[in-house]
Amino acid sequence: MSITSPSTRPRVGLFVTCLVDLFRPNVGFAAVKLLQDAGCQVEVPPLQVCCGQPAYNSGDGADTRVLARRVIEAFEGYDYLVAPSGSCVGMIKEHYPRLFATSAPWQGRADALSRKSFELMSFLTDVLHVTGVSARYAGTATYHDSCSGLRELGVRDQPRALLASVEGLSVTEMRDANVCCGFGGSFCVKFPRISQRMVSDKVRSISDTGAATLLGGDMGCLLNMAGRLKRAGSPVKVYHAAEVLAGLTQLPGIGDGTKAD
Amino acid sequence: MQSNAHDFKRRADVALEDMELQKALGLLKTGFTLKRADAVAALPEFQALRGVGREIKEHTLAHLDFYLEAFERNVRASGGHVHWASSVEEARAIVVQICRDAGAKRVTKGKSMVGEEIGVNEALEAAGVDVLETDLGEYIIQLANEPPSHIIAPAIHKTKAQITELFYKHHAKHGKTARVTEVAAIVNEAREVLREGFLAADVGITGANFLVAENGAAVIVTNEGNGDLTNTLPRVHIVTAGIEKVVPTLEDVSTILRLLARSATGQQMSVYTTFSSGPKRREDLDGPDAFHVVLLDNGRSEMLGNEFHEMLRCIRCSACMNHCPVYGAVGGHAYGWVYPGPMGAVLTPLMVGIEKTMPLPNACTLNGRCQEVCPMQIPLPAMLRRLREREFDEGLMPWLPRAGLAAWAFLARRPRLYRAVTGFGVKALAWLARGKGRLRHLPLAGAWTAARDLPAPAGETFQQAWQRRQRGSGS
Repeated sequence: MSITSPSTRPRVGLFVTCLVDLFRPNVGFAAVKLLQDAGCQVEVPPLQVCCGQPAYNSGDGADTRVLARRVIEAFEGYDYLVAPSGSCVGMIKEHYPRLFATSAPWQGRADALSRKSFELMSFLTDVLHVTGVSARYAGTATYHDSCSGLRELGVRDQPRALLASVEGLSVTEMRDANVCCGFGGSFCVKFPRISQRMVSDKVRSISDTGAATLLGGDMGCLLNMAGRLKRAGSPVKVYHAAEVLAGLTQLPGIGDGTKAD
Repeated sequence: MQSNAHDFKRRADVALEDMELQKALGLLKTGFTLKRADAVAALPEFQALRGVGREIKEHTLAHLDFYLEAFERNVRASGGHVHWASSVEEARAIVVQICRDAGAKRVTKGKSMVGEEIGVNEALEAAGVDVLETDLGEYIIQLANEPPSHIIAPAIHKTKAQITELFYKHHAKHGKTARVTEVAAIVNEAREVLREGFLAADVGITGANFLVAENGAAVIVTNEGNGDLTNTLPRVHIVTAGIEKVVPTLEDVSTILRLLARSATGQQMSVYTTFSSGPKRREDLDGPDAFHVVLLDNGRSEMLGNEFHEMLRCIRCSACMNHCPVYGAVGGHAYGWVYPGPMGAVLTPLMVGIEKTMPLPNACTLNGRCQEVCPMQIPLPAMLRRLREREFDEGLMPWLPRAGLAAWAFLARRPRLYRAVTGFGVKALAWLARGKGRLRHLPLAGAWTAARDLPAPAGETFQQAWQRRQRGSGS
């Protein structure tokens, strides 16, 4: 948090992600706050939509490239693209360069954007060298490693290190924290019964820790796990890790309401 | 073997309800997965070794014709025969002919996935030859009349109680009339019954984990020793192997062996590693009189030249399926053909045909754990995605997901329209949730809400809220 001079403040374009935009705007505000607190100048390009993953993972290359070009155009002018999602950043960082491997101008632009795109937790710790936050959250939480962030981007220790600095919070590890929760984008609706089994196993691992809160870094997985926890009547509260790190946990957890059922 | 891969979804749903199967699958996680982790942790150079293994395979594949011909030359030099089969039909015919020429009545088999690919048991039985599987797992499923559900532990879907019943039912004719319930007693009884078969066999068929170009040896790794009795006792030894199994040297074999057992079972080495090179020589005490290698293509040479060529590095260790949460949930039979799990979801469409097998590449969350543990660093998720691209490009995607995808893409390409539609959508969903934070049911979202609630949106998108705040702060 030493960067204060306006001239050296990095300009960050926040890639909000579809699911944060639609389901959990608070995560977007948490990301903005964390980035600003770390000395960044944050902007939100208004015409951003989707990184293209739903099309990409369905084999629709043409639509994927249209959407990827949009993202490249909207974000290449910033010093960094940062998103509160390992999955979307994995797409931009790892897969965009491959999408344009044979088309010259776009390949260079995709490579350039890839180099400056970061998942939020990784950006804060690996790039800005933030070692702690000033937030409070009372209780015990367990953290689920989302697959793309973990395996495509190596996001594992970064969120845990930041969460360790939250006053009042202790993190307890669940069994198989690195095993898929069964979301998988369209997988969860194409193969609902298999997905149900996977998320049920995950929910059991979460419950077995006795933690009162589940944290994670990707809205898809969090919606899936929260949905299953709530269906099972679990009192476990679900937040995106950014919400806890930014101290923005005044609103109910994901899937919890202000009114009872 | 007939493919039922098209029926994956229904078969998976059946598997999820099969409590015996679920009990058996539970052991997978505590068995192979944990043991592999320990074995990998105990070998500091494991990750570097993966790179070396990959290079050996890549080099070999780049010069596959050269090494296959060298292998063939060296098999012939040691008195053996090499047969080339471009299809499973050809391979079947070759094996049957060798057995006929040998006047074989009884065949023993070591575990061979290429044997399953060929359907060699059915072919031999149709030709009037008795086939006895000698790997304990294969023997169990032969009694049960089922295909393997795992490439190294073919009967992993069976519980001990089921095996007790199978033996009770089938072993009376061998004079075994009591139910055996302890593992040691089960193994002993199988050993006694199989011994009669080993001694009576005319032909022994094994697979191969490696074919060594420099000396014409076929290598198998086993834990039971059944392979050795299969390839030394009968008069004729037939090896069935895919063409990608060749490696240049014995040195290469020892490098990849260090990866194989650790990735498979978490052992440092399998109990037996057996090198078969040619028939019995004059000075040998035992061994077969004739040695045949049947080399199977079945789509492999086509993969060599296309975007799936990395799949030919596969050494059939099973680490991918042992770590696959989908395999762990439904087991191997749901996949409907010879090869299950992630490697099967790539190979089955390429070998059986994409139009009949597309549920397999789609039944994956792309979580990447298979690639993480693959000793040959095969990018399995990328290959599954490539198969989805083929499905999309060839118009094979079912109309409903295709229409859904097209509608979504239409919106996503038009940011202003997308904003308007989603802005309305989140408002409607928030209204439907009425402050409860979640929806129990939602029209058109039944696949989601069957198992879980849908957390409700806040009623305003981030973009709307952000722009409101920006205006409010006057910036």
